[in-house]
Amino acid sequence: MEKISSFFKSFLLIELLKGMALTGKHLFSHKITVLYPEEKTPMSYRFRGLHAQRRYPNGEERCIGCKLCEAVCPALAIKIEVAEREDGSRRTTQYDIDLTKCIFCGFCEESCPVDAIVETRIFEYHGENRGDLYYTKPMLLAVGEKHEAQIAKDRAADAKYR
Amino acid sequence: MIEAQILQLFQWFWNLFGLWDWVWGTFGFVWPVVWTLVKIVIIVAPIMLGVAYLTYVERKVLGYMQDRLGPNRVGYYGLLQPIADGLKLLMKEIIIPTGSNKFLFMLAPVLCIAPALAAWAVVPFAQGLVLANVNAGMLYILTMTSLGIYGIIIAGWSSNSKYAFLGAIRSAAQIVSYELAMGFALVTVLLAAQSMNLVDIVQGQQKGFGLLGWYFIPLFPMFVVYFIAGVAETNRAPFDLAEDESVIVAGFHTEYSGMGFALFFLGEYANMILIAALTSIFFLGGWLSPLPQAWVPTAPGVGLLLGNGIHWMLAKMSFVLFLFLWLRATFPRYRYDQLMRLGWKVLIPLTLVWVVVVAAWMQTPFWMW
Amino acid sequence: MIGIETVVFFLFAALSVFAAVRVITARNPVHAALFLVLAFFSMAGIWLLLEAEFLAITLVLVYVGAVMVLFLFVVMMLDIDLVQLREGFWRWFPFGVVLAVAMVGEMVWVLGGRQTAETGANIAKHAADYSNTKELGRLIYTDYAYPFELAAVLLLIAIVAAIALTLRHRRTAKKQDPSKQVLVKSADRLRIVSVTSSKKVSATDGAKTDQVKS
Repeated sequence: MEKISSFFKSFLLIELLKGMALTGKHLFSHKITVLYPEEKTPMSYRFRGLHAQRRYPNGEERCIGCKLCEAVCPALAIKIEVAEREDGSRRTTQYDIDLTKCIFCGFCEESCPVDAIVETRIFEYHGENRGDLYYTKPMLLAVGEKHEAQIAKDRAADAKYR
Repeated sequence: MIEAQILQLFQWFWNLFGLWDWVWGTFGFVWPVVWTLVKIVIIVAPIMLGVAYLTYVERKVLGYMQDRLGPNRVGYYGLLQPIADGLKLLMKEIIIPTGSNKFLFMLAPVLCIAPALAAWAVVPFAQGLVLANVNAGMLYILTMTSLGIYGIIIAGWSSNSKYAFLGAIRSAAQIVSYELAMGFALVTVLLAAQSMNLVDIVQGQQKGFGLLGWYFIPLFPMFVVYFIAGVAETNRAPFDLAEDESVIVAGFHTEYSGMGFALFFLGEYANMILIAALTSIFFLGGWLSPLPQAWVPTAPGVGLLLGNGIHWMLAKMSFVLFLFLWLRATFPRYRYDQLMRLGWKVLIPLTLVWVVVVAAWMQTPFWMW
Repeated sequence: MIGIETVVFFLFAALSVFAAVRVITARNPVHAALFLVLAFFSMAGIWLLLEAEFLAITLVLVYVGAVMVLFLFVVMMLDIDLVQLREGFWRWFPFGVVLAVAMVGEMVWVLGGRQTAETGANIAKHAADYSNTKELGRLIYTDYAYPFELAAVLLLIAIVAAIALTLRHRRTAKKQDPSKQVLVKSADRLRIVSVTSSKKVSATDGAKTDQVKS
């Protein structure tokens, strides 16, 4: 009996029709696509996007050239050279991040004792040449200056979990 | 009739300069060729447009069935997407692999698309709207659909690539196998219609009670078999083993780029539309209205809409094409041995049995078609 | 004035002779097979000119659409060593010449004979509603019913014989039965066991399982 019923089931293509009914139902279901440039999904304050170098409110750059980030970087994307500035403080003369190497793990941000290197919410950047994605110190500082308000807000929101 | 009117127009135009006699005397002998070419263009141009927009509809329908939106960036609702794709393919570089057979490599896409278009010569769209009303139309169709395989085989062999070759071999075995089931399914149509002329087949389905007169009712299993074989014949999902991307990269057109690839693409979709047209003609009554003739009101507008006409043919083709896309959205790809098993051990015996059943049925008074 | 039909005939005839010659002279066996396809096509064209549209279409359908596909299939997969093939050429050359001469003689005898030579002129033009297919069907199923059935039986025997010769069941081979796979139910393969979660695993048990793992 079971054999007969399964025979008819397979010959009447019941299971195939069931499957088609399912996809047919989804044809009319609500579409969840986000129309990206017009609509955006909410973003966490811990988002790890483009890097930035920060400054103190008095304009002094935060980075002290401790090279912790360079040491911790798993992709070896950071290159730092350090020298003594005229006033005797330790400052970087070169601070490059190769974004083609970077894996956006956020270790540099975690390791930084002075919150100098941070990852921002910016992810819509591009380069038309390979060199465009090699960020040097002035470029990183410029990013930081431009987005300082947002960065400071995100740090404040995350501060109690650190 | 239209030909005569157009000729009269030309005559009027050239008579403005008093040159008609000279023009007709000098170039008149090429007119039949020109007129045939015009007819071919009139058939092929909408098909090409249909192919372009079928790709768009396919992406849209697949998207919607997967809870996505599909292309929606180029033009309103992405309506210009196929044109953008076509332009992109036109601009692309044509790469000929080293060690390939150049002549055959360039010939293969042409061989793929030519039979797909040639088959349209005998397809009637409405009463009297057919390029060539051939008596052996069904045979011609079978022949043309079986020739499409050469493009695939030659493409696979001349590419000098193992993936292309494997795809070609898979495709060859698949098409040869499913052609049998397809042919046998058509034999039942032949029995029912008593004719191989496609126009006669459609007219044979006009029994005065509309939808009930169509052949898909007495030949329902054959309708299903023909459709399945048609899906397999056009290498569409779930039978798209010839271009099984997870196993053999892209199958027979792995090495093709630019227009070569575009021609394969056009050929595949033209074949899809062809199968849809043939399914409508053989089983769904072609251009016939689903309403019984007596019910159709005589009012000009409504009567035209509900009566027989090309719009019914197009509606049926769209329905079958939608089924193609629906199948693709629903089913996973067949395994090759299962594909062969389905073709040889299920479909062909089923068609053979139904040929006998229909032949016997037709001898009884219960045959009403 | 040469009619357009004559021009088309000579076109197809020249094409078929060219293709036939290339079938035996082409170095690459795949090219040879493709030229054979071309030869079939041009012959189908000539048959169409003779108003034998059924035969022409069937030639293309059966030979080009199916037989040659399988042929190409095999030829493409063979690794043919041309040098090895040509080794015995001169040894078999006299035999080939004899065969060729015999065939040419037969062709001349058949085609040059008075009876057949005249039939070419006797082909009647038919009315537009004349169906070659219908006529052929009528002939096959009435006058030539027995030869036709005999040929069908012969083909059937050939199919059965071919399958019987090649079908081998290897006992060692493992294979799947798709219908069984389809019919399988979750109860056949899956056993749901309720495990008591509070039970402590003793140290010795743990050590044992570790040993098994390593």
